[in-house]
Amino acid sequence: MPRITMRQAISQALWEEMERDERVFIMGEEVGIWGGTYAVTKGFYDHFGEKRVRDTPIAEAAIVGAGIGAAMAGLRPISELMTVNFAFSAMDHIVNEAAKMHYMFGGQMRVPLVIRTVGGGGRQLGATHSQTPDAVFAHFPGLKVVAPGTPYDAKGLLKAAIRSDDPVFFIEHATMYQVRGEVPEEEYLVPIGESKIQRPGRDATIITYSKGLDWSLKAADQLAKEGIEVEVVDLRTLRPLDMEPVVASVQRTNRAVVVEEGWRSYGVGAEVAARIQEEAFDYLDAPVLRVAQKEVPLPYNRTLEQSALPQVADVVRAVKEVL
Amino acid sequence: MEKDTHLDIYHQMVLIRRVEERATELYQQGKIGGFLHLYIGQEAVSTGLVAARRPQDRIITAYRDHGVALNVGIPATQVLAELLGKATGMSKGKGGSMHMADVERNFWGGHAIVGAHLPIAAGMALADQYSGSNGVTICMFGDGATNIGFFHEALNLSKVWNLPVLWVCENNRYGMGTAVKRASAVDEIRQKANGYGIPNAAVDGMDVMAVRQAAGEALEKIRAGEGPFLLEALTYRFRGHSMGDPERYRDSSEVKKWQENDPIGIYRAYLTAEGLAIEPELDAIENSVEEEVQAAVQFAESSPEPAPEELFTDVYAA
Ligand SMILES: Cc1ncc(C[n+]2csc(CCOP(=O)(O)OP(=O)(O)O)c2C)c(N)n1
Ligand SMILES: [Mg+2]
Repeated sequence: MPRITMRQAISQALWEEMERDERVFIMGEEVGIWGGTYAVTKGFYDHFGEKRVRDTPIAEAAIVGAGIGAAMAGLRPISELMTVNFAFSAMDHIVNEAAKMHYMFGGQMRVPLVIRTVGGGGRQLGATHSQTPDAVFAHFPGLKVVAPGTPYDAKGLLKAAIRSDDPVFFIEHATMYQVRGEVPEEEYLVPIGESKIQRPGRDATIITYSKGLDWSLKAADQLAKEGIEVEVVDLRTLRPLDMEPVVASVQRTNRAVVVEEGWRSYGVGAEVAARIQEEAFDYLDAPVLRVAQKEVPLPYNRTLEQSALPQVADVVRAVKEVL
Repeated sequence: MEKDTHLDIYHQMVLIRRVEERATELYQQGKIGGFLHLYIGQEAVSTGLVAARRPQDRIITAYRDHGVALNVGIPATQVLAELLGKATGMSKGKGGSMHMADVERNFWGGHAIVGAHLPIAAGMALADQYSGSNGVTICMFGDGATNIGFFHEALNLSKVWNLPVLWVCENNRYGMGTAVKRASAVDEIRQKANGYGIPNAAVDGMDVMAVRQAAGEALEKIRAGEGPFLLEALTYRFRGHSMGDPERYRDSSEVKKWQENDPIGIYRAYLTAEGLAIEPELDAIENSVEEEVQAAVQFAESSPEPAPEELFTDVYAA
């Protein structure tokens, strides 16, 4: 199987879906002539033309709002938000329109829209450009939220998102575009709403997703050298949340650590820990621990920034604590 | 215009008025919850727009949406059932007064966040342009909505992409209790379109024929590929913003003055003066509307509540 980068995997997913379905088109800031600020849509403008690869004004509400309208009218738009930090300018359309349209009109309308965006810190971009607010978006029923951690999942989930009849908020990670992984040549989809065991183990369960998967797998490697075998469950989709593999794993290992890049309070870890105690309380031999970002706006200074972000060592420490 | 069309327009305007008068009573009886924004006084605007549109033209509006709902032909039974939160409402009782829609009739809601449906309208117009349909999207909104960013993002985008959209501002002089002059840098709203290079016009929003005429001309220009157009309909809401509005922001003499300009009265006078209808015909319409609304209220009141399992349906399409 070819090993390709996350960037290539995402790019392939978009390309293949645009080739497959005339109704699929991309709009966003710098997606066309520039080729995408993360070079994901490089070459698309020349191949598909300006009708289907649409550069927009810097107007996030219009990018998402027009995506919603076009989706309601039968197209399959991909609205790209340059980074998730700018999604706040489109928050009303994500939360009050996309997520509610189907329910509020009694099922009359559908919003088959993908909002593609990029999150994550660690690049010294300062507090406004470094956020991982995934949990915020996962709060709203009606929206699906996907955040893949491998090229394989990114490609399969993005293709599934484009074919979905519901609005999907698809979060890529800014520091993972160069991550490589095996991706088959043949067509495949990864269903939205299924967690997956990325590494089996018996001693403890790490529940994570996106960039957290990278840290968790590295921590698992280190721990293995000490004879500790952790199981790593990748959520992949934050809403709807598939707890089944998590609960099954915790029932085997009796110990759990949740690893995420976002802030600890009200985060993904808080939700997963609550669900574990609701669904597997009797199996737990230790409190569920959380590894997450310190509760500060992310600073510019490299040392300070890194000390605010979760590190592999933090994951190792947390696992040892629950053992 | 055919005589039947005139009588149909008259019927629609009277129907909106009577449905809302009955809704007011039902609200006072506690049978309608939440907000209830009446369209009374503004009937000529939506009626004129819907009379001017072709079947392929979409229409989308804000929360003051009972008028459009009835104009596009949603039966009064379904409108009243939705107001009562019944399973037989067009949104299954899940939307309420502010969220009426009928996709089959090309009516796309009923949107309760001020201005938020303008970018959505641009997107629907984009879809029609993209797929080569010659439909135009008619997007209605209040004067207050022209002060929020969504309006400006949507107008700009519509011009940049030459989208087939007719922007219709219903300038009823107030956004809740705030007069246009106190909230908008320009009180002639249509001037805002100039900043985006969008051609525009004002129309007497109390005169249904004038609205129909102006909208018809604008729609044909847009259909011919000339891009977006903004129409400012000068109108007035006769009732409070919603139920329970103390109306401290305006004099009752001002309201009285506007009520002399009742859009239904103006149209009735026009029809008889032009010899398009005689008084008994119009009286007969009024009477048949009374019966229609009476039956619709009965239908709505005797309709079932949504089934408990409806709570969890329609969260996702798939
Ligand atoms: C974004 C937003 N802010 C505030 C409100 C509360 N609100 C509802 S209607 C309204 C006034 C809108 O006035 P206008 O656009 O002129 O419409 P009209 O009610 O006169 O038809 C306000 C402030 C809202 N629904 N949405
Ligand atoms: Mg107003």
